[in-house]
Amino acid sequence: MSVEPRVLVFACTYCAYAAAETAGVSKLQYPPQIYIVRLPCSGMFKSYYVLKALRSGFDAVLWSGCHPPYDCHFINGNYKARVRATLLKAYLKQLGFEDERFRLEWIAAGEADRFALIAKEIVENATRLPKLRFIEYREVEVK
Amino acid sequence: MSKAKIAVFLCHCGTNIAGVIDIERVAKEIRRIPDAVVWDHRFLCSTDGVESMVNNIKSSGVDRVVVAACSFRTHEPLFQEALRRAELNPYLLEMVNIRELCSWVHEGEKEKATEKAIRIIKAAITKVRNNKPLERKKLPIIPAALVIGGGIAGIRAALDIADAGFTVYLVEKEPSIGGNMAKLDKTFPTLDCSICILGPLMNAVAQHPNIKLFTYSEVLSIEGRVGEFLVKILRKPRYVREDLCKGCLICIAKCPGKAIDEFNAGLSYRKAIYIPYPQAVPRIPVIDPNTCLYIQKGVCRICEKLCPVGAIDFSQRGGVIEVRVGAIVVATGFEEYNASNIYEYGYSKYPNVVTGLQLERLASSYGPTEGRLIIPGLGKEPRRIAIVNCVGSRDERHLPYCCRVGCMASLKHTWYVKHLLPDAEVFIFADEIRASGKGFEEFYRRIRQLPKVYIVKGRASEVRGNPNGTLSVRAYDPALGREISIEVDFVVLEVGIVAGRGTEAVKNILKLGVLPSSGFLLELHPKLNPVETAVDGVYICGAAAGPKDIPETVAQASAAASKVITLLSRGYIETQPYIAKVDEELCSGCRICLTVCEYNAIKIVERGGRNVAYVDEALCKGCGACVGSCPSRAIEVLNLGLKQVEEMVAEILR
Repeated sequence: MSVEPRVLVFACTYCAYAAAETAGVSKLQYPPQIYIVRLPCSGMFKSYYVLKALRSGFDAVLWSGCHPPYDCHFINGNYKARVRATLLKAYLKQLGFEDERFRLEWIAAGEADRFALIAKEIVENATRLPKLRFIEYREVEVK
Repeated sequence: MSKAKIAVFLCHCGTNIAGVIDIERVAKEIRRIPDAVVWDHRFLCSTDGVESMVNNIKSSGVDRVVVAACSFRTHEPLFQEALRRAELNPYLLEMVNIRELCSWVHEGEKEKATEKAIRIIKAAITKVRNNKPLERKKLPIIPAALVIGGGIAGIRAALDIADAGFTVYLVEKEPSIGGNMAKLDKTFPTLDCSICILGPLMNAVAQHPNIKLFTYSEVLSIEGRVGEFLVKILRKPRYVREDLCKGCLICIAKCPGKAIDEFNAGLSYRKAIYIPYPQAVPRIPVIDPNTCLYIQKGVCRICEKLCPVGAIDFSQRGGVIEVRVGAIVVATGFEEYNASNIYEYGYSKYPNVVTGLQLERLASSYGPTEGRLIIPGLGKEPRRIAIVNCVGSRDERHLPYCCRVGCMASLKHTWYVKHLLPDAEVFIFADEIRASGKGFEEFYRRIRQLPKVYIVKGRASEVRGNPNGTLSVRAYDPALGREISIEVDFVVLEVGIVAGRGTEAVKNILKLGVLPSSGFLLELHPKLNPVETAVDGVYICGAAAGPKDIPETVAQASAAASKVITLLSRGYIETQPYIAKVDEELCSGCRICLTVCEYNAIKIVERGGRNVAYVDEALCKGCGACVGSCPSRAIEVLNLGLKQVEEMVAEILR
C-alpha cells in the first residue's frame, strides 16, 4: 500500500456532493487521494461510519453538508450533524486521535472552489499525520 | 465457472473519461472480481450505448448493474429505464461518477486517477450486491382540498379547485370572506372598484355546489399526509343560526352594544350584533360575545325579539368538526404592521395621522364617512396632505424587506385625494417610487402630472405636531442637499406588511418553514417551486407567501390550485422508494428517531406485545436522520443500509 494519505468524504446529495460535481465540471483540480461517499443528507451522521473509515485505513474523514441555517434540503439535517459531530470530536480526542483526523464542513452546491480548497487542505494536513496504528484485540472467552 | 451476477458498464465519454483513466486497466482489474462482467462503450448514454446495455443485461443474465460514467443527477433516469427494459428492477442500479469526481479533477495524474476509479467502482460493486429491488407504492388520495383563508387568494384557489370538480372546504377566521381586498376602495393601477370585482367572486364561493364555506372558524389541527389529511376545524359560536337566518339584518337596528369596528380599521363603531360590511358573505350577522349585553350581563335579548325567523340562538356553543382532504392550500394573507411601533411618525399620538388602510376606509363609499375624505376626529377636510412611504418597510429596526405595494398605494392614495378634493396639495415622501409592474410606470406618470402633487425624493424622518394642530413632516431632500420641513394638516402612512397571526398559527400547525427576516411562508424552491412547500400536498399562495399585489396573488392562487388539481386528479400518489425501514427485532422502542424526524413519519406501534418504531412510507423523505440517531442500529434507509455504507467504506482501501 502506498504511503500517501487517503481521505474519505461523506457528502450530502444536495450541497457538498453537488459542489464536488460542480468542481468536476469546472475542472478544479484536487488530490486524487480524496474519496467521496454520497449520503442523502448530512443529518444521516453516524459516528460509527467515521470510526469505521479511520479503522479501514483512511487517514482523515470529512463530513460535509449544507450551510446552516437554511440550506438543508431536509429542513435541519445539518444541525443534527453538527450536534453529533461535536460529540464525536470530543470522543476522538479522548481516544487519542489528532484534531485533523475528522472535520465537519458546510459546502454549498455552488461552492466548487471551496470544495477543492478544502480537499487540498485536508490531504495536506493528513500528509503530516502519522499512519494510524490499531491494537488488535482478540475476544477471550471468560470462564 | 460461476454465473456472472453483476454487470459493470464503463463509459469512455469520448475522451472525457478515457483521456485520463485507462479504461483497459480498469476493465482488467474489475474482471478479477468473480461475479462481475465488464463492458465498455465510447458513449454509453447514446442510443447505441443504451441499446447494447439492455442487450448485454438480458443476454448475460446479470441481476445487478454498476454504471461507471457521469453524474447520477443527469443520467440515472436514463440508465434506470435501460434496466427496466431489460426486465430488471431499476433500483438494482448503482452509478459511479468517474468523470466529475475523478477524470475531470485529476487530469494531470492519470495513474492515480485510474487507481481511484478502480477503487470506487469496486466499492459500488460491493454496495450493489446488497441493493434490493424497490418500488414506488401507490397510495390513494381523498378527492377534496382544504383552503385556509378567505381573502382573494383563498377565494381564487377555492373556485379553481371547485370548478375542476373537487370538494373544497374554505375556512375563514372572520365572520365574512373577502379579506384585506374587501377593505380597499380601489385597486392600482386601473382604479377598479375593489369590492365590485371581488364581490362576484365572493358570491360565487357562497353558491358553488362544491365549496363548503366555514366562516368564523379556525383550523385547530392537521394530521396525516399528502392524499389523506385529517383536519379539525373550530367553529366559533355565531349565536345566529345559519340555517334559519335570511339576512334581513333587522336584528342589528336596535342593538345597544357598541364596539370598535375592526373592518373600518378602528375609525367607527359597530353594534354587538353585526355584519362586517354590507357585501359580507355569508350575509349572516354574528354576535360579538365581548360586547353583547345579554352574554355579558344577562339582560337585553332585543335581537332575539326582533328576529322574524327565530334565528338568534344564545345556546350555541360552537364545536369542532372534522374533514378529510387530500391537499391543502394556505392563503392566510397579511396584516398591516403596527404603525405605533414607528414612534417618530406619531401614529396613535395625533388624530390626523392615519395608515393607508384607514385612508382606504375613509375613501370607501361603505366606510365610516361614506366616501367623504375628512380628518378623523376633527371632522374637516384636509387641505395639505403628506403621504409617507416605507413606514416600517426597508428599515432594519422594523421590517427589512420591501412591502411591494406601498409605492403604488401612495400613488393611488394621491389619486383618491385629488379625486375627492381637487384643490388639495399632496406631498409624497419617498426614497424612490418602485413602479415595476404592468401599467405601473404609466400610472406613476399620470399621478405626477396632476396639479399640486409633489414627490419629495427623501424618506420622512419625523412627523411632529404643531401647537395649531397641524403637522410638520421633515425629510432630507437629496435634490436640495438639505433638510426640509413641510407643514400639512393630514398625514397618511404607507405602512409595511407582515405575515400576521393567521399565517403564524397555520405555520405552527403544519410545521411550515418561514423566511426568518419576515415570517412569510417558505416555498420549496424560490424559483422552480414557488407554490409548493417542504410538506407534500401543502401549497401556499398570496401575501402569506410574501408581499405581493392583487394580480400576483391571483396568479399564484391559480398556480397553487392547479397544483392541487394535478395532484387530486391523478388519483394516487407515488411514494419515493428510498425510505427508512425499521428492523423490529432490533428496535427497542426508545423513540429517539421520533424526535429527529422532521416529517412526523415515524410512529410507535405495537408488535407482538412490544412497542416498536414504524415508518409511514408516504411521509418519509429518506433523509436518514433517524439512521444516525438510532442507538440499536435498528433503522436504515433502503439501498443505503448500515452494512452497505460500512462495506463500501472498507472496500475502497481493500
